[in-house]
Amino acid sequence: MSTLSIHNLHASIEGQSILKGLDLEVPKGEVHAIMGPNGSGKSTLAKILAGNEDYEVTEGDVLMDGENLLEMEVDERSRAGLFLAFQYPNEIPGVSNANFLRAALQARQPDGAELDAVAFYKQMYARMDELDMDRKFTARAVNEGFSGGEKKRNEILQLMMLEPKYAVLDETDSGLDIDALKVVARGVNSMRSPERGFLVITHYQRLLEYIVPDKVHVMIDGRIRRSGGRELALELEEKGYDWAREELAGAGA
Amino acid sequence: MSTLIESPPAPATPGSVLDQPAPAPEGLPEWFTARRTAAWQRFQDLPLPERTNEKWRFSRIKEASLEGFTHAAEPASLADPHAEHVLDKAVARLAFHNGHLVSADLPENQSGLTVMPLEQALRECPDLIEAHFMKSETPLGSEKFAALHEANALSGVFIHAAKGTAPEDPVEIVHYFSGCQGAHFPHTLVVGEDNAEVTVIEHFVSLDEESAFVIGVSDLAADGAARVRHAMLQRLSTSSKAILINTTSAGRDADAKSLLLNLGGAWVRTESVSHVTGTGANVNLLSASIPGTGQEFDQRTYQIHKAQHTTSDLLYKNALFDKARTIFSGLIIVDDGAHHTDAYQTCRNLLMSDHGEAHSLPGLEIKADQVKCSHGSTTAQIDPDTLLYLKARGIHDKTARKLITYGFIEEVVERFGHEAAGRLLDRFIEEKFKALGA
Repeated sequence: MSTLSIHNLHASIEGQSILKGLDLEVPKGEVHAIMGPNGSGKSTLAKILAGNEDYEVTEGDVLMDGENLLEMEVDERSRAGLFLAFQYPNEIPGVSNANFLRAALQARQPDGAELDAVAFYKQMYARMDELDMDRKFTARAVNEGFSGGEKKRNEILQLMMLEPKYAVLDETDSGLDIDALKVVARGVNSMRSPERGFLVITHYQRLLEYIVPDKVHVMIDGRIRRSGGRELALELEEKGYDWAREELAGAGA
Repeated sequence: MSTLIESPPAPATPGSVLDQPAPAPEGLPEWFTARRTAAWQRFQDLPLPERTNEKWRFSRIKEASLEGFTHAAEPASLADPHAEHVLDKAVARLAFHNGHLVSADLPENQSGLTVMPLEQALRECPDLIEAHFMKSETPLGSEKFAALHEANALSGVFIHAAKGTAPEDPVEIVHYFSGCQGAHFPHTLVVGEDNAEVTVIEHFVSLDEESAFVIGVSDLAADGAARVRHAMLQRLSTSSKAILINTTSAGRDADAKSLLLNLGGAWVRTESVSHVTGTGANVNLLSASIPGTGQEFDQRTYQIHKAQHTTSDLLYKNALFDKARTIFSGLIIVDDGAHHTDAYQTCRNLLMSDHGEAHSLPGLEIKADQVKCSHGSTTAQIDPDTLLYLKARGIHDKTARKLITYGFIEEVVERFGHEAAGRLLDRFIEEKFKALGA
């Protein structure tokens, strides 16, 4: 039961079919990576898991520790323990990072209970230190005027504060220089635990040098076409996605 | 709060404001009484604004009628400034109730800073008042109402910061209003001499649900390198009406900032005119409005640049709930010779329902060279992607919407750049959201 399990997932947007029968199982305690060429449906999967209503799920189901994820509202999914690190985090003008995080944690409190503000700040500062984030980011509006790297760090800060059961990282490495990548990976690695599963979506093998996955899945045209150990990522890197497309398309049909 | 007023007082003659101006006491300067007489004549001569007048386009013009409004009666019991209504610290605080001075905490040993009721200032430093009192025209449409104000104005405050004076805390003015169909004419005059620095926080608060009509004028003058800030926190009853006329003039290298927090009132028209007259001057114009059903906020602005190397930046934000209505009409005027002007004008409307109505009429009139100007207006509902982002962190839909709206308004509060005033503004904003069920 302690898995995020996706079964025969079909999804489309504006009538165009994107996911075509995707199966995937991420147990707690493991880090799974999904690699695939542009347009293979990787980010679509992330958005559907989070509850983006632009996409229509036409078939299949997703169970999080046995609970039907697809029946939950976006905010319910998050409170139930799912976290998505956005590929393009939104800016929220006028809402400070601290207030945003407080609201997210407050939403997890039982009715009528107030979040302990002192403990909250203490924890936030400790997490920010781990991510080499300046304290000034607590007062700044969420992601507003942040560099690409700062936005991604901020996503990981949220992950660390919300302590989800399952975290989906949607191309968290895109646009990061090597130093920022290392910091982000450090944050993610510090959160690895037997109580938490990770689904790391990436186009490049590079990220997986720093966040070493237990399993690698190759996604092409809306389905997982091959799964293997981390050496699969290296093979993909070497041979390229064109090879994967020719070699693997249809293989998992 | 209505318990403050035990029973409606029985004034001698609660005359209609259309019949005669409020009687002036003895001993006021001659120029002042002459101005009142002339203004009364002007009020009678000027026609009521008409729908066809571009300056009143989209406005619910019949609301401007003063029919049935009388000179506000002196309340039977006077309200005291409520700790919840005001800043923790003020260098001086004056409170009025229906125009009557109820309390005055004035600075001791604050050399260089003069804060006194207008009537007292007229007796003690008439020349200073004469130099500034309603000197500018009212070009945005309310000249008739400005004349009525001038014919009646007596209640209000004169604030003068002499050269180099810079009190740490703001001057605070509270205007309480109560009673049925009363007309009020509060006046504020703020003068900052060279290098002075002064912040004024002004409150318009209804003590009951009755309808008041407030015709207020606040004039700010910032001389050489002075920094003058003024915030008006409008919390009238939702049956009240107001015409608020603000003129700001900024001299050489001066920095003037004005903010309007528009929360109450059934119909509130604001006219803001900035004269950027000295080289290097900078003016910031801010407004945050949160109207709900039945409320119309009609906002008209001029940013007039008269000297080189001047800047002005206007940011008006309206968060419209339910069937609220707003109008923004702004014009940047860069006079002949005011080269190297940077002038910006932004109006943003956030529609919280499908029934709100926001009209925007931005404009530019440039007669100089090497000028950077921009104007823009946007009207939108909450961005669904932003909402999704908050909800993806577990924040409930209602809280997420409130946070986004609060953040939208907060940009204005932050730009005003005064921490203590900011906290007070945030509290009133929060109360208004609550009242609107947000």
